[in-house]
Amino acid sequence: MLKISNLKARVEEKDILKGLDLDIKAGEVHAIMGPNGAGKSTLGYVLSGREGYEVTEGSMVMDGQDLSELSTEDRAKAGLFLAFQYPVEIPGVSNMEFLKASVDAVREYRGQDALDPMSFMKLAREKSKAVNLDQNFLKRGVNEGFSGGEKKRNELMQMMLLEPKVAILDETDSGLDIDALQVVAEGVNKLRSPDRAIIVVTHYQRLLDYIVPDYVHVLADGKIVKSGGKELALELEEKGYSWLEGEAK
Amino acid sequence: MSDSIDQYLSQDYQAGFVTNVDSETLAPGLNEDTVRFISAKKGEPEWLLEWRLKALAAWKTMKEPEWAHVHYPEIDFQAISYYSSPKSLEDRPKSLDEVDPELLATYEKLGIPLHERAALAGVAVDVVFDSVSVTTTYREKLKEVGIIFMPISEAVHEHPELVKKYMGSVVPQRDNYYAALNSAVFSDGSFVYIPKGVRCPMELSTYFRINEANTGQFERTLIIADEGSHVSYLEGCTAPMRDENQLHAAVVELVAMDNAEIKYSTVQNWYPGDKEGRGGIYNFVTKRGICHTRAKISWTQVETGSAVTWKYPSCILKGDYSIGEFYSVALTNNYQQADTGTKMIHLGKHTKSTIISKGISAGKSQGSYRGLVKMNPGAYGARNYTQCDSLLIGDQCGAHTFPYIESKNPSAVVEHEATTSKVSDDQLFLCQQRGIDAEKAVSMIVNGFCKEVFKELPMEFAVEAGKLLEVSLEGSVG
Repeated sequence: MLKISNLKARVEEKDILKGLDLDIKAGEVHAIMGPNGAGKSTLGYVLSGREGYEVTEGSMVMDGQDLSELSTEDRAKAGLFLAFQYPVEIPGVSNMEFLKASVDAVREYRGQDALDPMSFMKLAREKSKAVNLDQNFLKRGVNEGFSGGEKKRNELMQMMLLEPKVAILDETDSGLDIDALQVVAEGVNKLRSPDRAIIVVTHYQRLLDYIVPDYVHVLADGKIVKSGGKELALELEEKGYSWLEGEAK
Repeated sequence: MSDSIDQYLSQDYQAGFVTNVDSETLAPGLNEDTVRFISAKKGEPEWLLEWRLKALAAWKTMKEPEWAHVHYPEIDFQAISYYSSPKSLEDRPKSLDEVDPELLATYEKLGIPLHERAALAGVAVDVVFDSVSVTTTYREKLKEVGIIFMPISEAVHEHPELVKKYMGSVVPQRDNYYAALNSAVFSDGSFVYIPKGVRCPMELSTYFRINEANTGQFERTLIIADEGSHVSYLEGCTAPMRDENQLHAAVVELVAMDNAEIKYSTVQNWYPGDKEGRGGIYNFVTKRGICHTRAKISWTQVETGSAVTWKYPSCILKGDYSIGEFYSVALTNNYQQADTGTKMIHLGKHTKSTIISKGISAGKSQGSYRGLVKMNPGAYGARNYTQCDSLLIGDQCGAHTFPYIESKNPSAVVEHEATTSKVSDDQLFLCQQRGIDAEKAVSMIVNGFCKEVFKELPMEFAVEAGKLLEVSLEGSVG
């Protein structure tokens, strides 16, 4: 579903990714762990084509499609979803309006008919219920005045609506207490599907108690330095990252 | 005097002109003869000529104001022609094929009906437009309830007592440099009178006058709402309007008698100049209304056009318990400059005013809010609330706020809130990552920002205004 080969990327003249390889099949959940500054968030931005993140070498292919040939919004429409670590607020733009614009764009790209406002509203209400967000949040500005947990649930709701092929969850656990974490993890687990690949980017093992990955990779200094099964996460929890950092050199 | 008129005419007939087309342009320059010429051309009564001459005398002693936060090359007022009858058919584009394709593309995007596109682009068409018959039908309907809605040049003849009494009563001839200029040379504009207790059954709109006589660059509008009456007036339209005259100096006067209400909405979309800042209209407007006891005047404006805008629709809250409102969206892009705001002058007891101003700056443009809230000694228990927000798109534009507050009554309450925000890269990226392209994202954010003002606009105008902002902002991102 997603194949990344020898990916090198830079931000403001600084090399961040230095030859990263990953191969993720549909139905799998991969965790990417690593110390601060290893390039974990950069990976999500590079894949989704954020301005200022420049690919210098290598390839990223999603479901047979070369991502570097697509604009930022087309990657999203093609099925790439990035759940943000710190979702930004857009005051004045209602959540409902934002979601409708997003779903309309994606459906159009995929050759589906646009949903009429009534059916869309029904769908949005259904999804907000699924992530335990009160319907009032649909009327409020995008993430405007939402708590950390509400923002993450809002992200999750967007993911449910857009039904991506590949979802990257960037430090979804940050800023969440244990109860909120469980709610979000439960939502992510519901979104596991045989035709979807999920990448969970996290600094701590804690999240992986709730979203159990099929594979765990360690990202250090711009490369994957170690891969293994879910038990690798536990090992990291115990030993920290320092014993692996030598391997990146 | 008639000698001088002949002189002007002979100077200006150009070779090859078809004589039966009523189409002369007065030689550039402004003096008493110019004013006499204009007045004579319009067949005006003596009192109006005197009125104009008084204005001219005042103008001559005045200086062009320089306090606004706008910069433009000095205007040579003697190099401007102050009278030009409607352009001859021969000078105008023969068909839409001859019109700037970019302008046509804009009409397309705004969904302007085909037959109106031609009129807006100044194409010489001699078929009768739908809107003419529409106008006539409306006029009949308005007449039934006693409402007068006609060009001010006609009102001068048909209702001289009203024009004489009220013209200049709110904006005196010597009020300011541009108002004095307008008073001396005004071309035409609207005249509205709503009789006592009448609620105007429809929105009155200049749009219906689109292909009536060219109102010209010195428009003058006078609206009188008699006791207990109610009227909503729309000025302008969302389609970009081309005009050969670079300088525009309009005057609008509103009179709201006891318990009357006037709602005045403007969409100003004059040609803003090209992307490099060449061309574009200079728009210097004086708009003011006076509210008598328990009357209400509400100004709503969406300003997206013109290279330079200088405009402060104001309310004099003379009567006790009267209300003034000002809702404004001013958008500048490329090299546009806008210095706009309002003045709320509280004279009466328990008068109330609300100011909501939304400024959006993109490109290399400069937007300024300038507002005065004045509480006079007699304004017991008066209140004002001002909210003034600026939104920046990109990092080469500017937003400025100049609030002036003068309070001479200790019981008056004045509140002022201001914010400045920026459309951030993070916001745009979030939208793009959800499949929404950057232009659509900016338009959503800008529309959200302007929501409070748009809801004050008449329904169909509000939808158009949203679309207009979207078109005006094209190319401001990415």
